[in-house]
Amino acid sequence: MTSLVEEPSVTRTRQATLLELRQLVVEYGSGDKRARAVDGVDLAIHEGEIVGLAGESGCGKTTIANAVMQILRPPGRIAGGSILFEGESLVGKSTEELRRFRWRNVSMVLQSAMNALNPVMRVGDQFVDAMRAHERIDRRRALARAGELLELVGIDRRRARAYPHELSGGMRQRVIIAMALSLKPELIIMDEPTTALDVVVQREIMQQIDALKRDFGFAVLFITHDLSLLLEFADRIAIMYAGEIVETASAERLGTNPQHPYTQGLLQSFPPLTGPLTRLTGIPGSPPDLRDPPSGCRFNPRCPYCVPEQSGLYLRQTTERPLLRTVEPGHEVACHLVEGAE
Amino acid sequence: MTTAAPLEVRSLSKRFAIGNAFRRAHVHAVDDVSFELRPGKITALVGESGSGKSTVARLLARLHDPSEGAVLFEGSDVSGVRRRRDVLHYRSQVQMIFQDPFGSLNPVKTVRHHIERPLRIHRIVPPAQIEERVHDLLRTVGLVPPAEIAAKYPYELSGGQQQRVAIARALAVEPKVFLADEPISMLDVSIRIGILNLMLRLKEERGIAFLYVTHDLASARYVADDILVMYAGQIVERGPIEQVLSAPLHPYTRLLLAAVPDPATKLQAQRIEMRKGLASAAVDPSEGCRFVTRCPLAIDVCSRVTPPLVEAQPEQAARCHVTAPSN
Repeated sequence: MTSLVEEPSVTRTRQATLLELRQLVVEYGSGDKRARAVDGVDLAIHEGEIVGLAGESGCGKTTIANAVMQILRPPGRIAGGSILFEGESLVGKSTEELRRFRWRNVSMVLQSAMNALNPVMRVGDQFVDAMRAHERIDRRRALARAGELLELVGIDRRRARAYPHELSGGMRQRVIIAMALSLKPELIIMDEPTTALDVVVQREIMQQIDALKRDFGFAVLFITHDLSLLLEFADRIAIMYAGEIVETASAERLGTNPQHPYTQGLLQSFPPLTGPLTRLTGIPGSPPDLRDPPSGCRFNPRCPYCVPEQSGLYLRQTTERPLLRTVEPGHEVACHLVEGAE
Repeated sequence: MTTAAPLEVRSLSKRFAIGNAFRRAHVHAVDDVSFELRPGKITALVGESGSGKSTVARLLARLHDPSEGAVLFEGSDVSGVRRRRDVLHYRSQVQMIFQDPFGSLNPVKTVRHHIERPLRIHRIVPPAQIEERVHDLLRTVGLVPPAEIAAKYPYELSGGQQQRVAIARALAVEPKVFLADEPISMLDVSIRIGILNLMLRLKEERGIAFLYVTHDLASARYVADDILVMYAGQIVERGPIEQVLSAPLHPYTRLLLAAVPDPATKLQAQRIEMRKGLASAAVDPSEGCRFVTRCPLAIDVCSRVTPPLVEAQPEQAARCHVTAPSN
């Protein structure tokens, strides 16, 4: 830890925490039908970092994104914990404060760009709208900047005159990314931005995000179910299961040395494109109903290491909730199996 | 290889009219496609969206009529067949599995109803044995205990279970051919492998011939024996899948392979060429290779002459003037 102090200040500012979630709890519904979609999540994103958040549908990853942007819709609500952006709490801010915060500090790219763009407005005008909602800029200058941003993502600036339906799916998604960049935010949340696209288009977009990130220095919270994409693209990865983060590590370490049985199972769910082929097993069963999650470790009904024969361990696995523990600096796991290893 | 192919397509084409009376154009969604499906083999059909791969599956399922060419089932042409009995027979032998399992099940009917119906319509077993056969089928696709599952409604099942019901329903009529159109792309990552393993088991144990339509090369490699790569309505490469993926001939196959996320290599390591043209090459195509605007290897002849599918390696063919020249 002492070595950190001696490092040049440049690296220290890069390490500054941008967004921090502390014991965040988000609930949907009430009474018996109440479901905790996010249950006690701790997550930090530092400046200029790409953090991947991976998990299956319904694990709460999109709910986290919506909570950060404060766009949760009822019956969803933040039921506990805090969301800090540059040390300032976002929970309880006024509508006007939030309006300023969104897009200027944190912008968001969603899976379906078609629904995010106004179909009866030219693309350029939508840029102008977004910019003029946040700063005093005249129309002509805003349009010029829209053109520059479009060129940045590989679209001819003349296409600013196009309507969304005149662009392909990949181009529309790039338009959204360009718009997300327009106010130079510190953090961009990308929720499955390439899932609806073909692999070739997906790779083009990922390369562009990577290049833009190096030019602009923004951080990215990248939400996806595609772990193989994150392993290649992210700096750090958090794995979510049934509302909880079960493992976080650097992408390299998670790919080579996963500790949580769920992470191991997820990695085992992607057949390799090269090298020897073996019959894979995936993960038996399916994710739990969050209105009535399993007691103890939520993964226990699907976990290959949770067997009644190991009675002492089994009891803990089925009754006691495992907490995130550091197994190595930067690598945390919430599993009863790895606690003993410490 | 001596067994007759249960399903063979010869020079299949499908054109859709677009535009209006003044500006008529045709999308050549499928153009001169030929291949055969073999018993106990899985053939993967890969390509980007709009390449025509789903149209091929729909032509085989007789949801569309082909503009040209023939679909041969056990040697006889079925593309013009109109008689109800013959259509019914073909549909019982060639079954389709769709991308959205929930959409392909009736939300107000139980699982039992879904699987009983084909058994009754096609008179597969005497009525007294229907219950037993339904349970057998559910067990085959890994849905246990069958009595409990049979009484459930689709919304009570997970996506993977729904897809298994759709497969059990397709299996009920004892088909020879399965057409699976992106059967796993809407399922959760952790349960996809289960469906792929089920496909492998069905081809091994029952000798079913599969057409596996997908955009996911890694899953294609996991299950398939052969691969067909489609681009803008044409098959641009075909061959045994391991051979094609380890030594692809067509530049488009190479581009696809390079685009797949590979944790072993970092993003910067294998940059791909940015797309210059668009995949609209199938709209009233002129003579010449349809990939020419995106191709890094393009030479003079490519924009003038449409390359034929040439077997440049044993069993491996490609449509490319450069890597698979015709003489």
